[in-house]
Amino acid sequence: MATRAPRPLSPHLQIYRWYFTMALSILHRITGAALVVGLVLLSWWLTALARGPEAFALVRAALDNFLGGLVLFGFTLALFYHMLNGIRHLMWDTGQGLDRESAQRSGMLVLLGTVGLTLLVWIIALIK
Amino acid sequence: MVEFRLPRESEPEAGRRWPAPEGARRPRTFRIYRYDPEAGGRPRIDTYVVDLDDCGPMVLDALIKIKNEIDPSLTFRRSCREGVCGSCSMNIGGENTLACTRAIRDVPGEEVTIYPLPHMRVIKDLVVDLNTFFEQYESIEPWLKTHTPPPDRERLQSPEERARLDGLWECILCACCSTACPSYWWNGDRYLGPAILLQAYRWIADSRDEATGERLDQLEDPYKLYRCHTIFNCTQTCPKGLNPAKAIAEIKKAIAEREL
Repeated sequence: MATRAPRPLSPHLQIYRWYFTMALSILHRITGAALVVGLVLLSWWLTALARGPEAFALVRAALDNFLGGLVLFGFTLALFYHMLNGIRHLMWDTGQGLDRESAQRSGMLVLLGTVGLTLLVWIIALIK
Repeated sequence: MVEFRLPRESEPEAGRRWPAPEGARRPRTFRIYRYDPEAGGRPRIDTYVVDLDDCGPMVLDALIKIKNEIDPSLTFRRSCREGVCGSCSMNIGGENTLACTRAIRDVPGEEVTIYPLPHMRVIKDLVVDLNTFFEQYESIEPWLKTHTPPPDRERLQSPEERARLDGLWECILCACCSTACPSYWWNGDRYLGPAILLQAYRWIADSRDEATGERLDQLEDPYKLYRCHTIFNCTQTCPKGLNPAKAIAEIKKAIAEREL
């Protein structure tokens, strides 16, 4: 028998139609990774708090501007998304809400909740 | 392993454009993945035009028409043409489904794109190698297992016990769900995938089966079962309207509950 070239791998991610639920799933991964970065920021802020006024002033200089604010805003978004979607996963682990309509609806709720809670936190933060 | 891109030699290139039939009143374009193992080289995308006024309603009708009238070399699996054999599973309009039950008019987009089941080794055109898939099926020992001596008559089930198998027995093992699952794409050698896990649950849920403990032992594995991250593509794509995501959740639940 003649040796043949190895069989090609059929296209996957390149051609698959994106479902809403699939996009939310990868977003959970992405926000999870973002939170690790956010945690570093948070630790930096906390240790600076303990180390004294100069260290703290440096953190403020870095974060208390438009770009720093944008990072913090993204951090809050990621935090609330990951938290709410985590609750969605907990619900799924009990076997609830696992039909197509419910999964779609709970996904919408997670998105709405994320935007709502993020805005709430920032409105409170900006009023103070 | 997570590899977002196709290997270079698997990347499809532009293929042949077949002329449209003359006097077509309702032409629709089909873009179909082709790979010829005899010729080797890279796969290609061939373009065909079918007059929908002169063709049956289903995607399979169009494929058969193309094979009969335009290009006899087009290769695909098909048998029952009514959604019970699971042979003609493929990726149509970006979604895995059966060519025989998907109406051409329900395929979104201008052109109908047809690919083989995703992230599989292609034997020829739309025919993929399903050996691993069926080996995985064999690994869950999909038959009734008992320890007690057989009764003189059938092993009886109450209507309620029988009802627990609804939504499970209908699976035709077409592999649409497993090959729609990103987790199966990246870890298909070790993760069993939604179709096989639904089948596994079919035996776990069977009141007559006496090997539930061993079945759960066999599945309790970071890869075989727990690569499921409830991405949900399986349930979204199942051409039989079944719910593999739910079946997998029930297995995870059963394993968690016996720890309590």
